[in-house]
Amino acid sequence: MRRYLVQRVLAFLPILIGVSLLVFMAIRLIPGDVITATLGTEAGMLTDTQRESLRRYYGLDRPVTEQYVNWITRAVVGDLGISTRHGKPVTELIAERFPVTLQLALMAVTLGLLVGLPLGIIAAVRYNSILDLLVRVLALAGLVMPGFLVGTLIIFVLSTVFGFLPNAGNFARFNENPGLNLQQMIFPAITLGFAFSASIMRMTRSSMLEVLGEDYVRTARSKGLRERQVVTRHALRNALIPVVTLVGVEMGYLLGGTFIIETLFSLPGLGRLLINAISQRDYALVQGATLFIAFTFVLINLVIDLLYAAVDPRISYERNRA
Amino acid sequence: MLKWMRLLLMVAVLMLGLGSALAQDSGNTLIMARAADTTGLDPHTQTAFASLRLLELVYEPLVILDANLNIVPALAESWTFADDAMTLTMNLRQGVKFHDGSDLTAADVVASFNRILNEETGAAARANYLSIASMDTPDDYTVVFNLSVADVPLLAAMASVNASIVPSEVIESGDFAASAIGTGPFILDEWIPEEVTRLSANAEWWGEGPFVDGIEMRVIPDEASILAALRAGEIDFALLNDPLVATLLNGDSSITLNAVPALAYHVFQLNPSRAPMDNLAVRQAMSCAIDRQEVLDTASLGEGTVTGPLTIPAYQVDTSGFFCYQKDLDRARELMAGVEPFTIKAIVANAEPPTALSEAQSIQAQLAEIGITLEIEPLELSVYVDRWLAGDFDSAIALNGGRPDPYTMYARYWTSAGNLQVVTNYIDETLDSLMAAGRAEPSLENRLEIFTQFQQHLTEVSPWIWLYNGFEYTAHQPYVVGFEPNPTDSLYSFAKVTLER
Repeated sequence: MRRYLVQRVLAFLPILIGVSLLVFMAIRLIPGDVITATLGTEAGMLTDTQRESLRRYYGLDRPVTEQYVNWITRAVVGDLGISTRHGKPVTELIAERFPVTLQLALMAVTLGLLVGLPLGIIAAVRYNSILDLLVRVLALAGLVMPGFLVGTLIIFVLSTVFGFLPNAGNFARFNENPGLNLQQMIFPAITLGFAFSASIMRMTRSSMLEVLGEDYVRTARSKGLRERQVVTRHALRNALIPVVTLVGVEMGYLLGGTFIIETLFSLPGLGRLLINAISQRDYALVQGATLFIAFTFVLINLVIDLLYAAVDPRISYERNRA
Repeated sequence: MLKWMRLLLMVAVLMLGLGSALAQDSGNTLIMARAADTTGLDPHTQTAFASLRLLELVYEPLVILDANLNIVPALAESWTFADDAMTLTMNLRQGVKFHDGSDLTAADVVASFNRILNEETGAAARANYLSIASMDTPDDYTVVFNLSVADVPLLAAMASVNASIVPSEVIESGDFAASAIGTGPFILDEWIPEEVTRLSANAEWWGEGPFVDGIEMRVIPDEASILAALRAGEIDFALLNDPLVATLLNGDSSITLNAVPALAYHVFQLNPSRAPMDNLAVRQAMSCAIDRQEVLDTASLGEGTVTGPLTIPAYQVDTSGFFCYQKDLDRARELMAGVEPFTIKAIVANAEPPTALSEAQSIQAQLAEIGITLEIEPLELSVYVDRWLAGDFDSAIALNGGRPDPYTMYARYWTSAGNLQVVTNYIDETLDSLMAAGRAEPSLENRLEIFTQFQQHLTEVSPWIWLYNGFEYTAHQPYVVGFEPNPTDSLYSFAKVTLER
């Protein structure tokens, strides 16, 4: 187990270095730099000396390889540099924004599971009933409606019918004002959770249907177990593997930030931080945020792999066993 | 299970109630929202409009522009221009204190202009103050600017956040951006990028006011959400950019909408260094083929006015005197005679301005009538700016900023030494000499004549096709009293605002 962990963590390194190199080059290859991004067309009014002095100020006058080596050696010890736009350390900015994104992701996934799992199970147990049909239609709706549409509809209905706006730009973090925070976070979480519950529903249903036809389920039934026990103890547990994978992928995706939903609901999350950093050519912030997102993504994947073993005892990461 | 869920629900409802209760304590603080945030705090180097809207409350220049674009006193109480326009004497207001408690003196003015003129600072606005050869300070409250050339527009150029006066000690310390110490009516307390900026009233301010305790500037990235926040009564004041959003407030009596003709102009820029736009007849044909009102109507719901090059009210003249300002297809076809149908590209920035793509599409349809195919090339803003600055385009849809003085507004483009000559790719001796004459001429009457000739000539040679200027929109609750909308979109009159809830 320990050996497996060490191997996996070591495998992080090439992935992260690859990501950092790719992002470092890509952000420099696209036209425009921080000077044109902040000055806009006024940058044309600069003299050559002025431009040089600004390039020196932003550290853009150094050779690219030197910039990369400088950055990566500091990144290794946790210093991701200073954001040109915000004038703050990148790590501090990520620390400010990540809790918002994490909270949103957890809430959305929890909501998705709370709705998706039971409905998926019911649909499978009551296969081909009216209930099953309803669940399938609902799932289809959740899958075809993009988040920005659901979010816009929610805002529209809330503000026109109830005169209530989820967030008027006065975002409060959970530790500052939990009540206001939940009030602001619940609707974006519902927006994201709606689509997610649909995929959970579908996945749970099809996976359950498969498992319910297995021999050991028949055995459990013939032992005289109550149907409820058969479904929850024997079938569900075995049907969960693909669902856990889905949750992992979704978590990894949500933790990268959800730019559209954050913009719609004025949430200061990681997605807006990163997208705005790209349009402002804030190199240090783009590099730092992407590296962080890549790191969380591989970390989540590791956690999911470990969870498989917890859900299904046949999977083990001990040595000498499959 | 059911009991447990009921309990959870009750807790949730309680917390939501608590949250709303805590949120409603704004009192005498003006709460405003806008979509874009400040990009930095250095008043001399920041050029983004979103930054200026904050910095103009914290920092002050010697003179400012009122709602009619007249130059009025700010930190200078009065000024005199020598008859030959070669020296400008500024008499400073006495008893003005910076936010750190120190007094404003002539030394601060000299240090500020030296900082702007120093190339190391990287101030783009430096180009407007290059005529300053030296500065004298006969006493603590007088500054004499000695100029190298007669430069009447210098005064109007000083009415800018980019010419703000900052304490000389702060300049010497070098720790400029972090402190935000100005003389303005509001003191910057906190800037959390892309979330909120908090300002408090400067009790020591030299003017009358401010009458609010402070300002909370929130960022709400989606303008439709800003509108919703305004309607829900969550915010007092809003800056709006998109005419399609702002016009939704027309006929809504519960919200006050201000629409002031903007100085910025929408323009279809041609590149006369590339064939076939190097042919005068082709450029003129394009000008004749475009119905400017139609572009305005389709792209901007008619929100604006068809304009010539100058959008400054004091210099605006009847556009019907300009070349082909009425669509004239016959004349356009005549001018195109002997020219093969051709295809050119137009660069357009994504959503900058929000109407850009619709403008391009309207022009595309109209040019098709005279055999010109316009291919629209939408670009991300920074990429667009990069291409625009390099003059790397056949044509470009642009919204260019205006200035209160015609010379400052266009010297960059239409003089042979202009910094943006590479963007216009067009040199014309007539324009050059008219610009020089307008710069040295102190009489407004004579200047109007000079710059009218300038406009007529410029529209006739058609390197660019000027379309229209829109509105600067602000919207607020009826209880926000005393705000004066300004063609530069300035929020400086927040100092006079009272909240009469």
